[in-house]
Amino acid sequence: MQLALGPLLYYWSREDTLAFYEAALAWPVDIVYLGETVCSRRHLLRLPDWIELAGRFTAAGKQAVLASQTLIESESDLKALRKMVAWVSTPSQALSPRGGGSGVLVEANEWGAVRLLAEAKLPFVAGPTLNAYNPDTLALLAELGAVRWVPPVEMPRDMLAAMPIPEGMQTELFAYGRLPLAFSARCFTARHYNLQKDDCQFRCIDHPDGLVLASREGEDFLCINGIQTQSAKVMSLAHRLGELNAANVDVLRISPQSRHTEKIVALFRALLDGSLTAAETPAKLAPFLPAQPCDGYWLGQAGMAWQPERHLEGIAP
Amino acid sequence: MPLLELICPAGSLPALKAAVDHGADGVYLGLKDNTNARNFAGLNFDEKSLKEGIRYAQGRGRKVLMALNTYPQPATLPRWHKAVDTAAELGVNAIILADPGLMGYALKTHPDLRLHLSVQGSATSYEAVNFYRERFGIQRAVLPRVLSLAQVENVVDNTDVEIELFGFGGLCVMVEGRCLLSSYACGDSPNTFGACSPGHAVRWEQTAKGMETRLNGVLIDRYADHEKAGYPTLCKGRFEVQGETYYALEEPTSLNSLEMLPEMARMGIAAVKIEGRQRSPAYVAQVTRVWRAAIDSVKRAPEQFKALPAWMAELAKVSEGSMNTLGAYYRPWK
Repeated sequence: MQLALGPLLYYWSREDTLAFYEAALAWPVDIVYLGETVCSRRHLLRLPDWIELAGRFTAAGKQAVLASQTLIESESDLKALRKMVAWVSTPSQALSPRGGGSGVLVEANEWGAVRLLAEAKLPFVAGPTLNAYNPDTLALLAELGAVRWVPPVEMPRDMLAAMPIPEGMQTELFAYGRLPLAFSARCFTARHYNLQKDDCQFRCIDHPDGLVLASREGEDFLCINGIQTQSAKVMSLAHRLGELNAANVDVLRISPQSRHTEKIVALFRALLDGSLTAAETPAKLAPFLPAQPCDGYWLGQAGMAWQPERHLEGIAP
Repeated sequence: MPLLELICPAGSLPALKAAVDHGADGVYLGLKDNTNARNFAGLNFDEKSLKEGIRYAQGRGRKVLMALNTYPQPATLPRWHKAVDTAAELGVNAIILADPGLMGYALKTHPDLRLHLSVQGSATSYEAVNFYRERFGIQRAVLPRVLSLAQVENVVDNTDVEIELFGFGGLCVMVEGRCLLSSYACGDSPNTFGACSPGHAVRWEQTAKGMETRLNGVLIDRYADHEKAGYPTLCKGRFEVQGETYYALEEPTSLNSLEMLPEMARMGIAAVKIEGRQRSPAYVAQVTRVWRAAIDSVKRAPEQFKALPAWMAELAKVSEGSMNTLGAYYRPWK
């Protein structure tokens, strides 16, 4: 099983972002997703910056993937997308069709990107918001060039286990981090500060792990991150390694957070190397979580549920 | 290409008849299960009522569009296939789909069946719309309620797929098809279960602090005695962010884009959709009547079009929270 560092979902200062990736060059991850997937107004790093980082991660022996925008609204969003695809399709990039350290892939996060990538005959990663919930859609993605897919984050183990995986397709699961749950045209961070999105003053930069939204009785519920709404709780599936293996998961995605990502990565690596047992992980991870953990989606329950003691056996018929 | 067809919700046979009787050009409906995104108890059609609905509408020259707009799952895929077969056999005018895999099935099995891309398909750009066109021959796409009118126009200008827009009714603030808030709170999502904030997870409780509404235990809102309690759709609750309590995501409000009809006509919008399959036949009658009059007026004389105060008052009566918004069509809303 491999480890991936998911795309940075938050907006950090250029300095912090570059420092984060500088450090990540030495982390024991196999795959690194780069690029802005949440808000097209965020601009402290632009495509050339991400491309430069992709080159450095490739040189460091990791597979770099440029993650594309999830919500495409305008012609300029499409322009950015086309630029990304054009860069990856440049022959000088020496693409390896299976990735694996020598080539850069694109993660498609909506079907417009799939169209452009398929047209350019480029292998790609099918991101979680493409909504592949069944074998026919997954087979279509494979036919169009997907070499890896990320199931919708709500997909339970039993549904995943019932999916016939196309030949050569890797399955990557969102295994750690606040769950990206919803996208909107509206910026909820700007709304919180009574600002319009077009004049948002980039206030999301003040909230490097999002802005927690609680119920009126103080229960942390969701997390506002610009136009994205996340879970307040942190999805954590490390303690379910046996079930992940049994469901043929190939890659575990760790979503970056502003602090302790390195420690989280190290713990997952120790787990995969066998120097840490699955049962030990909740206690080991606990000090580094920005909030309470959850694992309900994997069990086919409310995503916010946390039942580490409950284990899944067999595969439902 | 059609211009501003009026497409109205039919959650039941009486609602379908109300829509047809009051001037809908077409109705949309679904079956009584999770193959459509309004899977609520007491709503929707079985084969018998579907046949009667088709007979009633098509007999009067109106269209029946069947929503099969949830995402089929491996264990239950045959249910979606059967629903597509039923739609084709009974002769609906089109099916409204979100899942590309299901589009492939429909195209292969019933090549003459007209396909519409559902709002749940989350296509917000012409590149995405044109993907479904090239691959599956879709003839119409319903756009998510996230684009400004200028952005909608950019889609219209770059595709030959007919574009349908939401005109009125409950407002999803999130991109449809990409919202998992409901399943995070209660396990059931619009994508797979066909309902957001489903009834079985909802609790209403009168407490000393006021009427409380909960979704699987999470307090969505609490109402003072003078406030009218609304259904706990979770993006429309009041929450606390940094010590401030407010409608952090969206107020309980309805979309009403009626005043934008001349713009929509100019852009060549093929159809306007009224939300509300979960609403009563009386709602359907009232909203259909107003929108019929407005669309007729804009088609007759677009330059002179005015959103009449009487129409707006009529619509305000049936709006969620009695409030209206232009939503994302009006850029500052974002």
